[in-house]
Amino acid sequence: MLELDSVTAGYERRAPVFRGASLTVAPGESVGLLGPSGCGKSTLARVAALLHRPDAGRLVLDGTEVRAWRHRAPRARRTAVGVVFQQPRTAADPRLTLAEPLRAAGRRAEARERVAALAPAVGLTPDLLGRRPHEVSDGQLQRACLARALTLRPRWLICDEMTAMLDASTTAALVAAVETYREETGAGLLAVGHDRVLLNRWCDRTVEWKDCLPTAA
Amino acid sequence: MADPRTHRLRLWTSAGTIAVLVLAVLLVPPLVQFDEQAVDLSRKLLPPSWDHPFGTDDLGRDLLLRCVHGLRISLLVGLVAALVATVVGTAVGAAAGALGGRPDRWLMRLVDAFSSVPHLLLGIFVVALFRPGVWPVIASVAVTHWLSTARIVRAEVLSLRGRPFVDAAVSGGASRWRVAVRHLLPAVLPQAGLAAVLMVPHAMWHESALSFLGLGLPSHQASLGNLVQNARSSLLAGYWWPTLYPGLLLIVPTLAVAGLAGAWRDRLNPRRRSELTL
Repeated sequence: MLELDSVTAGYERRAPVFRGASLTVAPGESVGLLGPSGCGKSTLARVAALLHRPDAGRLVLDGTEVRAWRHRAPRARRTAVGVVFQQPRTAADPRLTLAEPLRAAGRRAEARERVAALAPAVGLTPDLLGRRPHEVSDGQLQRACLARALTLRPRWLICDEMTAMLDASTTAALVAAVETYREETGAGLLAVGHDRVLLNRWCDRTVEWKDCLPTAA
Repeated sequence: MADPRTHRLRLWTSAGTIAVLVLAVLLVPPLVQFDEQAVDLSRKLLPPSWDHPFGTDDLGRDLLLRCVHGLRISLLVGLVAALVATVVGTAVGAAAGALGGRPDRWLMRLVDAFSSVPHLLLGIFVVALFRPGVWPVIASVAVTHWLSTARIVRAEVLSLRGRPFVDAAVSGGASRWRVAVRHLLPAVLPQAGLAAVLMVPHAMWHESALSFLGLGLPSHQASLGNLVQNARSSLLAGYWWPTLYPGLLLIVPTLAVAGLAGAWRDRLNPRRRSELTL
């Protein structure tokens, strides 16, 4: 279970982005979270990925409550949740080739094998792997970002507007890559976005952002 | 923005000047067997001529040779001091920016405390603690010059730390150390390197200032500051060359380094580079 329970989070203590948001993803389930831009769904995604400490509320991951965030969280916990961001340009270090973040995980021989298996799965050709982010298109870069999120075989995958910057065919390819991975591993998915049609087709169920918030507010 | 040809001319003039000066200080002292300290009172204060292109000083020593030896010492002091200051500044700035919170506040208050004292005064205080020599001068310049580098590096690291690619690395299990070494430091090193190069002439000026005040290197040792200091009395008597040449040797490397650093800055700043090529 990935369980967000009355989470309040934001970047200023006095003015949180949202209060009391709750959302649950069961193992193997795919949940789409729909909401207008600026409502705080990306912040919620960062909380679920252990990247942003909430001001209040709980995150329960596989039965244990998360009490430490970012570097303080044990490595195994952080890597249990993979995350893909909206803008591949800012999500890739401009100094590293596409292959480097993929290799960074694990031992050398094992990493080479993993890269060889992952690159075709997300549709990256070998010549792209040696290039730097400014030498590839947004779509190719987002494929690399997805591959990076999948290298560590996370049990949970969080896609924060993963396809918002991409054209229809790349969107379809990336969604297919995610689904193939989920079929193989049984990973749970939280897909955040504002494209109702896409999320309805992609996910087992979709949740409106306003339904995550307490009704009294 | 200067047009590309002026730009290239400036780059090559600067690089050429620096190459000539560096070759001179590296090759002349081991190859030329004249003693730069040799006193010959019968030849004192000779104006520049073929025998003595820079003239001689008030003790009859050849000024060209002394200028080269002086530049050697001053350049060495400048290089080592700038290097030490940059390493310290980068380490402190990166640590403050990457750790954040309380360590950041403490380190930055330390930087503020150092900055609140005029740095030449603080430098004088440091050299006064030791016997005159090369190392106290290096220490004094290094201790007072890591502050701006620390500030630049910290600001750069702070802006990088919030980027999604750092989030992605954290999510991928990277430790603090790994994020710093792999993502943060490579991004700030060009800036730090530029700061170091710009600091070399600045450090040379500090060495000269300290020596001129009689606090730096021992006065028999040829350094640019000592040469200018020793030439003061002759200048009042109308002998201009003992002051002019060491002074020029202080100014020329400064201009050359500034020219090189300008070209480097253009490379670092892609927007300006693209304007150049279009």
